Amino acid sequence: MITGSAIFLALLEGSVGAAVLALTALGLSLVFGVMRVINIAHGEFVMLGAVVAWWCAADLLGAHPLLGFAVALAVAPLIVGAIAVAADWLVLRRVNYDPERTIVATMGLLYIIQQGVLMTYGPDARPLDPPIYFRVQFPGFGYSGYKLIVAGLALLLLGATWLFLARTRIGLYMRATRLDSETAQAFGVPVKRVYAIVFALGAMLAALSGVLIAPIRGAHYLMGADPLLLSFIVVIVGGLGNLRGTLLAAAFIGIGDGMISVLFSPTLAKIIATLLVAAVLVVKPGGLARSTAS
Amino acid sequence: MRVRSSHTPRGLSRRQILAAAGAVSGLQLAKPFIITARAAEDTLKIGLEAHRTGIGAVYGLWYERTSSAAVKVINAMGGIGGRQVELIVEDDATDAKRGTEVIEKFANEHKVDFVFGPLFGNVVGAVAARAGELKLPLFVVSEGSELADGAFNRYVFQTGITNVRSQVTAISPWVIKNVGKKVTMIIPDYIFGYNHRDFFTETAKAQGGTVNAVIAIPPTETSFTKYFSQIPADTDAIYHVMVGPGVLTFVRELGEFFGDKGPKLFGFIDSLEAVDIGAPGLEFLEGSHVWEAFPRYLSGLNTDNAKFYRSAVGIDENGASVDNPKEVCTNSHMFGCWETLFSIKEAVEASGYKGPADKQKLVEAIESTTGYDEGKGHPQGKKQFIGKAHQVFAPQFISKVEGGKLNVVHTASIEESLYEPKADYTKLPL
Amino acid sequence: MSGAATRIYAFHLAVIAALFLVQFALPAYHYGNVTRIMLYAVFAIGYNILLGYTGLLSLGHALFFAAGAYGAGLAAHWWGFGPIAALAVGIGAALLVSLVTGAIVYRTTGVAFLIVTLMLAQAAFLSTLYFNTITLGDQGIVLSLPPIALFGASLRLADPMVKYNAALIAFAGALLLSLWLLRSPFGRVLVAIRENEARTRLLGYNTALYRFTALVISGTLSGLAGALYCILFGYVGSSFASLQYSTEPLLWTLLGGAGTALGPLLGAGIMFYLIEFASSTGIEGYMIIVGVALVVITLWFPEGLAGWFRRLKRVRS
Repeated sequence: MITGSAIFLALLEGSVGAAVLALTALGLSLVFGVMRVINIAHGEFVMLGAVVAWWCAADLLGAHPLLGFAVALAVAPLIVGAIAVAADWLVLRRVNYDPERTIVATMGLLYIIQQGVLMTYGPDARPLDPPIYFRVQFPGFGYSGYKLIVAGLALLLLGATWLFLARTRIGLYMRATRLDSETAQAFGVPVKRVYAIVFALGAMLAALSGVLIAPIRGAHYLMGADPLLLSFIVVIVGGLGNLRGTLLAAAFIGIGDGMISVLFSPTLAKIIATLLVAAVLVVKPGGLARSTAS
Repeated sequence: MRVRSSHTPRGLSRRQILAAAGAVSGLQLAKPFIITARAAEDTLKIGLEAHRTGIGAVYGLWYERTSSAAVKVINAMGGIGGRQVELIVEDDATDAKRGTEVIEKFANEHKVDFVFGPLFGNVVGAVAARAGELKLPLFVVSEGSELADGAFNRYVFQTGITNVRSQVTAISPWVIKNVGKKVTMIIPDYIFGYNHRDFFTETAKAQGGTVNAVIAIPPTETSFTKYFSQIPADTDAIYHVMVGPGVLTFVRELGEFFGDKGPKLFGFIDSLEAVDIGAPGLEFLEGSHVWEAFPRYLSGLNTDNAKFYRSAVGIDENGASVDNPKEVCTNSHMFGCWETLFSIKEAVEASGYKGPADKQKLVEAIESTTGYDEGKGHPQGKKQFIGKAHQVFAPQFISKVEGGKLNVVHTASIEESLYEPKADYTKLPL
Repeated sequence: MSGAATRIYAFHLAVIAALFLVQFALPAYHYGNVTRIMLYAVFAIGYNILLGYTGLLSLGHALFFAAGAYGAGLAAHWWGFGPIAALAVGIGAALLVSLVTGAIVYRTTGVAFLIVTLMLAQAAFLSTLYFNTITLGDQGIVLSLPPIALFGASLRLADPMVKYNAALIAFAGALLLSLWLLRSPFGRVLVAIRENEARTRLLGYNTALYRFTALVISGTLSGLAGALYCILFGYVGSSFASLQYSTEPLLWTLLGGAGTALGPLLGAGIMFYLIEFASSTGIEGYMIIVGVALVVITLWFPEGLAGWFRRLKRVRS
């Protein structure tokens, strides 16, 4: 059904998806780029953000969703950031950020977080009210106003992160460490502390994206798998250590996924999208963006 | 891959920890050798293979609760054949590989007499095969139609819950007449979904309706809006049956897409099991209809036996846990565990089954059953059982969403749900 | 063969002999478990050839496992092939898929390799759902195979002894092959590629060809595990191509010790019994125990368990 409104819907959904994906992937991109490690527990940080959002909005305050949401936006990154710092200090530092050991360690972390949530929050998927809800009627279909807000918020947060990286001293340290950690250390950059901050920042960004999508997807203990997979793909397709590439890849994959879904049956669409990503990487192994500079 | 420095933590030395770990695992391996001091009670051991974790976790939770409640009631009644029932629960993580490992554990370590409980199709297929090899009677609580088609073996039964084909057969005339003639189906890309697609398409045609589009969504999908533009503009009705944690998002996004306009909806409660109908974002379901196997609300089936069942399991009149009104149960599936356990009781007592040597007598007893009466053991209603296909048939319910609750508006009889199953397991050797 | 080589082969043969002998002492439940562990070890040995030896981290080995399993399963179900013939088809299917995959990725390494293999496996998983009229989708194909006719004997597949020894034969073959590979000139070039590919290329080796060959061997071996699993346990379904079947061999290999021959067996065994132990505690979120164990193991055994043993031996001598 390739009508104009179908294409518009695809673009809309794709853009919202791309914005959220960019925010989710940015954290992973930072961690990957600066620390050169794969954090398999990244999706669990997203899930934690969603669970905290549920807890604030539906359980704790139950008053007005907007209040709960605002509280979650503040609280979730703090909680998740703290967990990340603990994980870095207790585990990652001790395996010396060795890539393979980090894989095993973060896989362990994934189980710990996931099962911890299962035992406390439970196995069911729970909904929460969006903080602001209105329905926008376009010709041919209705759309969630909240999703549009999410896209806007995601872009805002991305902008804030960019400012942080470009304009602050910590941001400078991060960029230096990403480019050349040994030289940075020689110049007095406290690399170990930067690693901890980067890991925490990556987790916080993930948690924020979790808070944003919770009113759309609900909160469920297994929901971290999808963001993990997608973030990975985006980070690598964008080009390792390349933040602009990550954003580009998020746009490409988000909107591309939306468009392909309009044209084909769901499973076939997913097969095509999957093979397309593989094709991109076979042809351009370094990812979409060429350079290593930000 | 290179290790820069290896850092031995202080405290216990690595060697001590390894020794301790070795001791623990050795103990674990030695368990079957160690003769337990427990006196060998004459219990009947029944294994529940539950989806305690994984995508089926919410079903596993309620399957376990319902089964424990049923066992308690049965034991209070004097047990099965005079023996108390011991329920052993294992988690299969809703995974086929783990499921077969668990079946082996049930057979070889726990040495149970029977196993019941798998629900999700991917697990059912795998464990059915293994159960047949192990000659372990397996009672699935699943709804798959393959059993009655002869896809499994003579050790697999479904005595507690009906299959999709009979459900669809029962309700499609009502759907075509009352909801719409041109139907778009939204199903999961699972065998479960294809069952719906195939049988509904067939029965709808017989009623003068058509299925004008089928949108099969892969299980890994978490957002659905982008697929809705594939719904043809002239669709009268949307038939939806989604499973898994994504159903919440699915139902909400459907509402956002259509608003007040749009086709009428008919869904299977599978899309809404364990979901509170009054939850935020589900308002647009108001006025639509839903198939149920066992009405979630007491008002839908207000019999003494249903009340007894509900209070034993611990659900209130709204189908939520009495301890937590926000915890909605999976009533249209979990009753299958209750009824399965009682059907096992009836089969054991009818055949005089005392142990694994009597398996043949048990299987033949089940195969010669023609049905079950409505009662404490079968609160959902009277049942008909087609022995040679190992499958039970039951009444089906259609409810309307009104005021955030479900009210039963139509009951389809067993006869309306009957079809001629292909299987004849009685011809197979044991 | 040199003295050291003889000793190493003797050690590994002793392990195989021990596995053969222990079957007469194992109670039924653990008998079945060890059968599975040996099969999983074959899968992990295949995976290890790529990761441990060549240094290529794949997140898509479910593709090969499933290719083998479906090759065997489809041949048995739709064409009525017996166990040995179906096994051959399964291995052939895995070989074919490995060749095609190798041709696609022979120039890809590093993180790109990670994602490309992941994507190919995902596409395969979705395809098993899409072509469900052939594959029977998620519910899968349930097989009832005739007995194996071997040297006049009729070996029923339901017999636990047949399963155990079939898995043992496969494991022994895979173990010895991987050991031989590791110590062969070919294997040494792989290790050189793992350590520093650019330098190896400068020395004149066609590293892409070596990586291609390693992938084909790796994929075929993993496919053998899949085909044998399908035949021995009478089932193949979509889940065999799912992400979980790609992360498991990775975990088994890393836990046991990448780059060692026995690491995969150790890793598969540890994970199996770890999960068993954890689930028997009855805790709702029992995998948390596994999570903690993974963290602890990688903290204290940087090179996996077999790697630790190996270093221990070296330190002693």
